[in-house]
Amino acid sequence: MSLLATNNLSAFYGDFQALFGINVSVAQGETVAIIGANGAGKTTFLRAVAGALPTKPDMVMFDGQPIGHRTPHEVVRLGIAMVPEGRRLFPSLSVEENLLLGGHSERKGPWNLRRVYELFPRLRELRHLPAPALSGGQQQMAAMGRALMANPRLLLCDELSLGLAPVVIRDIYQCLGAITADGTTVVLVEQDINRALDASVRFYCFQEGRLALSAPTKNFDRSAITAAYFGL
Amino acid sequence: MEWLNILIQGSLLGGIYALFAIGLSMSFGIMRLVNIAHGDFIVLSAYVALVVTQGTGLDPISSLVIVVPVMFVVGYAIQRGLLNHTLSGGLLPPLLVTFGISVIIQNGLLQGFGAYTQRLHEGAIETASVQIFGSISIGVYPLVVFAVAVFAIASLQLLFYRTGLGRAFRAVSDDADTAELMGIDNRKLYALALGIAMIFTAIAGVLFAIRTIFDPATGPIRLILAFEAVIIGGLGNMWGTLVGGVVLGVAQAVGAALSPTWQILAGHIAFLIILIVRPSGLFPRTKDL
Amino acid sequence: MQERVERATKASRAFALVAAPVLVALVALPWWSDAGWMRLIAEMAYYLALAQLWNLLAGYAGLVSVGQQAYVGLGGYALFYLTGAQNMNVYLALAIAGPFAGLIAIPVSFAVFRLRGAYFAVGTWVMSEVFALSASLIAVLGAGSGLSLTPAILRQISPDRGGRDAILYLMSLAISVAVCAIVYLLLRSRHGLALTAIRDSEPASASLGVNTFRTKFIIYVATAACTGLIGALIFLQKLRISPEAGFSINDWTVVVIFMVVIGGIGTIEGPFIGMLVYIILRELLADYGTYYLILMGMIAIAVMLKAPSGIWGWVVQRYDVQLFPVGRRLVLAPPQMSEP
Repeated sequence: MSLLATNNLSAFYGDFQALFGINVSVAQGETVAIIGANGAGKTTFLRAVAGALPTKPDMVMFDGQPIGHRTPHEVVRLGIAMVPEGRRLFPSLSVEENLLLGGHSERKGPWNLRRVYELFPRLRELRHLPAPALSGGQQQMAAMGRALMANPRLLLCDELSLGLAPVVIRDIYQCLGAITADGTTVVLVEQDINRALDASVRFYCFQEGRLALSAPTKNFDRSAITAAYFGL
Repeated sequence: MEWLNILIQGSLLGGIYALFAIGLSMSFGIMRLVNIAHGDFIVLSAYVALVVTQGTGLDPISSLVIVVPVMFVVGYAIQRGLLNHTLSGGLLPPLLVTFGISVIIQNGLLQGFGAYTQRLHEGAIETASVQIFGSISIGVYPLVVFAVAVFAIASLQLLFYRTGLGRAFRAVSDDADTAELMGIDNRKLYALALGIAMIFTAIAGVLFAIRTIFDPATGPIRLILAFEAVIIGGLGNMWGTLVGGVVLGVAQAVGAALSPTWQILAGHIAFLIILIVRPSGLFPRTKDL
Repeated sequence: MQERVERATKASRAFALVAAPVLVALVALPWWSDAGWMRLIAEMAYYLALAQLWNLLAGYAGLVSVGQQAYVGLGGYALFYLTGAQNMNVYLALAIAGPFAGLIAIPVSFAVFRLRGAYFAVGTWVMSEVFALSASLIAVLGAGSGLSLTPAILRQISPDRGGRDAILYLMSLAISVAVCAIVYLLLRSRHGLALTAIRDSEPASASLGVNTFRTKFIIYVATAACTGLIGALIFLQKLRISPEAGFSINDWTVVVIFMVVIGGIGTIEGPFIGMLVYIILRELLADYGTYYLILMGMIAIAVMLKAPSGIWGWVVQRYDVQLFPVGRRLVLAPPQMSEP
């Protein structure tokens, strides 16, 4: 049975429909990528899963339970954590305070401050600095650490590579590898197609709020992806 | 020596104004909500204390044992039941709803207690004084109030910067949307924030009512004094609010020295000068208004 | 294809047909009714005008002021001072009271425009308190006890009581109609379009070239002037003024805000409805002290939470009707028949 399954997921911003009947399923321990152009609905999808966008209860099933109607903080307690697009660290808090805040829901699990600093040693050196003082890559690591502190069963990563240099992106994705090696399930939204496909076993391609293509990543023909990406 | 006296009296007055301002500051800092009924809650606290002192025979300061929890619950309930529903509608709903609450409290108190002025009586401490520097006498009571203000702000700073709850408050104040995504229950946190703000509002209300007469219509002037202390001190800075209160108090003391009827007006004029010359206040920490 | 821009709606034309005879009847009131009714209708008239003005300020220009009572008091005091200490003719004093209030609004705006949102609101309140306190300290304004109008001043309006009541009544009616007309015409004009744009999004409208500061400033000063004139007229009828009455937030602001909010903020029809609701509630609950204010407070809160656009806003959403159309609709003419 899948850990996460969306059934005909439709979502609206007021009168504007952003998602049209999306069917996605993610099994325990998998890393699944969601790719698509700007405005395809990728972030909207993550927000709907995280509870930030209200949907019908059955449209999002987590571990067999309907969660579409749940509020974001309830969803965190159930075991889903988000690394938001653009990092969104809290500027008034230090790095360590940001991490501690991630643990606000007090879920039990393998992740704590010490383990996060083991994964991201650079963060320990910077831990008392205010979050805005960090570089883009360091902030991204802090945002990931903050999400891990919630001991999630499912980690949602929105645009990890946004605004970062290739060398930094490579480091980030190496850390992601260490996280998934532990068995954490990951849904990865990315504009950088190659990174996304290299890191995942299956992928979904969104196009204007609809599912255009879904397949295993191994040996998949990239030109077919391009066609789906742009709606050709 | 006369001027030193004015300075001291005004500074001590600043203590009560800073206490008034704490609740307003917290509301705005955490919920981005300016509570128009804030002054009326200060007066409401005084009336609650009146009822408690008359019913139990306790003195006003001891009555705080009951008044504080009551006002905490009032704040929690109002935020949870009413104000939480106004937060996503823009500027007007919170302003108009708190305006409505203000009118309801004022007229409710009027219907319940009449328009007569009241005072709480604490006894000897009200007029006790102590001598410093040989020839200057300071009232013990104003000194106590100032100490309470300092203690209140210090404990709030401790709450904000050394506890998990305070961390959550600061996170929500920064970015409410992301805070929720991190597992924080915003609605409960806002209710807690107003409840805590009410604790200080209750203390301020009772301490002031021992010194000054009150009636149902005295809420608005307290809101204005709190507001002026916050603006003069600068937004987002609790210690700044204390300084703001002191500046306001000293301005009033100067006005009162010229003529007693000039006291409040002198404070308003000081506020206006700061507003025109340095609109972000003396020690602003946040930029947004 | 022919296109034209239409302003009127079916409902507005129907409304105009109904409103005209009602207006005529109101004008003729002194001849077919008594002083009590004249007083009530006059009160409704000036409350309506105050409500339209506050609506223009808050609902359209986004300036939520809780200090308009300052201008009511300033207008009233200007009238009393000019006719009393300065021995001026009452009509001349009335004509000056409005512009005087508008003039005071200029430096006031320099202070309060530094604040935004709810802080602006409290700032305007502080200004009003400053005026009230100042009035209570100035001897020539009667200090704490205020001023009264002498019979000589009243005789300038009319030698007898009946004539005076009629003239004051007609002036209130005229001011009210004038204010409603001005607000309506303003919102219909391109300035009104600018206001709506500012209300919807200040940064966006600024980027399109709308001078937001100047627009807001002009609206604030003009509203102050009109409010001052109404204030002068109100206290001319009350015969005396004091700092507490002249600058009373309860009488001139709380009630007005409730009217606009309950009737429907940001619409011209709203203040009409809100004013009627207020008067009816007040008359019905007259024997119960200030309970009607508590009730109005609760209704205002309920409206803000459940139906933020007020009664009229709800009607518009349900029935899509406009009695005072300020928008523009593009009407396309039917296509011509084409030859095969």
